[in-house]
Amino acid sequence: MADYTQMWTELGLNHDNHNALLENLGNAYQSIFMTQENRPEGMSYFDFVMSEAHGLRIQELREEQEAGRKIIGSFCVFVPEEIVLAAGCTAVGLCAGADFAQEEVEKVLPRNTCSLIKSFFGFKLGKVCPYMEVSDMIVGENTCDGKKKSFEIFKDMVPNFYQMDLPQTKTPMARQMLKHEFQSFVEKLEEMTGKSISLENLKQGIATVNAKRQALRRLSMLRSADPAPISGLDALLINQIAFLDNPVRFTEKVNALCDELEIKIKENKGAKSSDAPRVVISGCPMAIPNWKIPSIIEATGAVIVGEESCIGERGQRNLTDDSANNIDGIMDSIVDRYFKIDCAVFTPNQERVNHIKEMSQQYNADGVVHYGLQFCQPYIMESFSVEKQLEKENISVLRLETDYSQEDMGQLSTRVEAFVEIIK
Amino acid sequence: MRLAGIDIGSRSIELIVLEDGKVIHSKQAESGYNPIERVKELISDISYDKIMATGYGRGIVEVAFDFPTVTEIKAYGTGAAHLYPGVRSVLDIGGQDTKVISINEKGRVVKFEMNDKCAAGTGKFLEMIATTLGYQTHQIGSEAQKGKEGIEINSMCAVFAESEVTSLLAKGCERNDIALAIHQSVCKRAVGMIRRQNTSSPLMFAGGVANNSCMAQLLEESLGENIIVPEKPQFVGAYGAAMLAGLL
Ligand code: SF4
Ligand code: SF4
Repeated sequence: MADYTQMWTELGLNHDNHNALLENLGNAYQSIFMTQENRPEGMSYFDFVMSEAHGLRIQELREEQEAGRKIIGSFCVFVPEEIVLAAGCTAVGLCAGADFAQEEVEKVLPRNTCSLIKSFFGFKLGKVCPYMEVSDMIVGENTCDGKKKSFEIFKDMVPNFYQMDLPQTKTPMARQMLKHEFQSFVEKLEEMTGKSISLENLKQGIATVNAKRQALRRLSMLRSADPAPISGLDALLINQIAFLDNPVRFTEKVNALCDELEIKIKENKGAKSSDAPRVVISGCPMAIPNWKIPSIIEATGAVIVGEESCIGERGQRNLTDDSANNIDGIMDSIVDRYFKIDCAVFTPNQERVNHIKEMSQQYNADGVVHYGLQFCQPYIMESFSVEKQLEKENISVLRLETDYSQEDMGQLSTRVEAFVEIIK
Repeated sequence: MRLAGIDIGSRSIELIVLEDGKVIHSKQAESGYNPIERVKELISDISYDKIMATGYGRGIVEVAFDFPTVTEIKAYGTGAAHLYPGVRSVLDIGGQDTKVISINEKGRVVKFEMNDKCAAGTGKFLEMIATTLGYQTHQIGSEAQKGKEGIEINSMCAVFAESEVTSLLAKGCERNDIALAIHQSVCKRAVGMIRRQNTSSPLMFAGGVANNSCMAQLLEESLGENIIVPEKPQFVGAYGAAMLAGLL
């Protein structure tokens, strides 16, 4: 990696902390990803992006900034990327997949806060996330109570914090509210850039994002092959990188990888043996570098064939219809697309269980692992009914509740191994 | 054919050797600080054709001796199903964790639950409390059976429960009565786990704590049914591992 010290200094990163983070990340990546067998060649691009996630990619973003683009950071798949692109801005997902500066965090947040929230506070307080620092605006959304209330504290830590309200039900009233919020978001972006968003801009934004979703969809569908042509870890990594990389280039690379996987499938070559138990993982999003549960699962010899998660299918399924011929119509289509996201903060949320069932059929799964972050009320509460309903259909479920620490690795491995023995 | 099963738990290691399905050796040792050495000693004077390791420490012997391994959940499930055909669930209270395992008609494990990262309700917990009360570990059950009901232990955490016990002692409560209360609280947790999993009967009570007659009695009372306690309940996992070695 080139020397980016100056850039990191300009961004205000804390060198010691940041170096420590990079070192941990690099080691984890080596031991989790690079030790896998039968990796597709196309993964080398994603390995490269990961190795340059804090380097070259940030440099690119800064160059975009110099050329007049604004960088919009967000925490949730409800923040519409097509609108960000239409405004001539770039969207980045602020990942929050590792503990950092925990002591500092616990001075400002209660201990019983989910790891994800603690993590983005830790990244901010420890000054280690270049994406957060490079963002011209950070969008926080009112989803779970944890995020909503923690944003009250977070907003004073970052300049240009923008809060987006979100509904919690799927009623017509709620849809109206979402539309209102998306419209306000349009206005905010227009104010920031000083340019108004045209119909053409919106259509272009939709085209780019839809192409990305289609590529990810293609990747998902290829995983229904037996043996699965790619490991769950690699597929998760791609889904994680979807939030950081340039969308057009990313789409090309995913499609190129899919071409390779198609050949592998024809040759009957899999990432794991063909008798590997197949698992769908469902629940809270897994942000970079949270590879904990997937690596435990795949270390048993099982293969993950789908992620029912926001960093996965929940976030990427459904395209945005771009057929309308006026801005209001297009806004309606965007709202319709996002309104279908079946996040556990909504009630009722039966669609999600239906999707888990569909996915386990589609990908021929032998079982479902439900992943809940400790103290995440929405997903953990929902996991009980998910388990009940899936078991009614004879789908085996393992419910796991964990955080980002490594303390419970032994326990988790035993549980996961025992589950894999059951579904084998 | 000689089949061996070894269960490396956090507190103790059990070894069983079967010849044509019959137990010809059963040995137990404390895990101590160097379980690999203990395992070496245990297997030094026995012979076997196949071996399978299980338990919390199975990973270390997989590396050290290249033994095939299976989780304690499958080992206990399989062991129980072979010892008592028709058994449909197992409660295993061991040194550092508690498990509830559901078994289907065919003797296969279909579901399980394990207690969380905490020691409360495990063998280690009873051991700690026995020390606080001034009993030997093996005595605490029979002493509790002499106790009177009436005390309630409120803490679900091992450390807090211990200080609760200390303050009960300071208040002048009888040791027997406190011991009973402790058993009741462990029993309540176990029954909670069993109920949550909605297990079928009959239930086998296995693991080291099943040697404790007070626990078995309280469990029967609260579940309102007879439970099976095998002769050497701490060997069920090793036995299951040996049976599974036969399938290799
Ligand atoms: S889980 Fe809900 S809150 Fe989290 S990213 Fe997904 S939609 Fe947003
Ligand atoms: S994981 Fe759960 S608690 Fe944490 S931010 Fe997401 S929805 Fe909220």
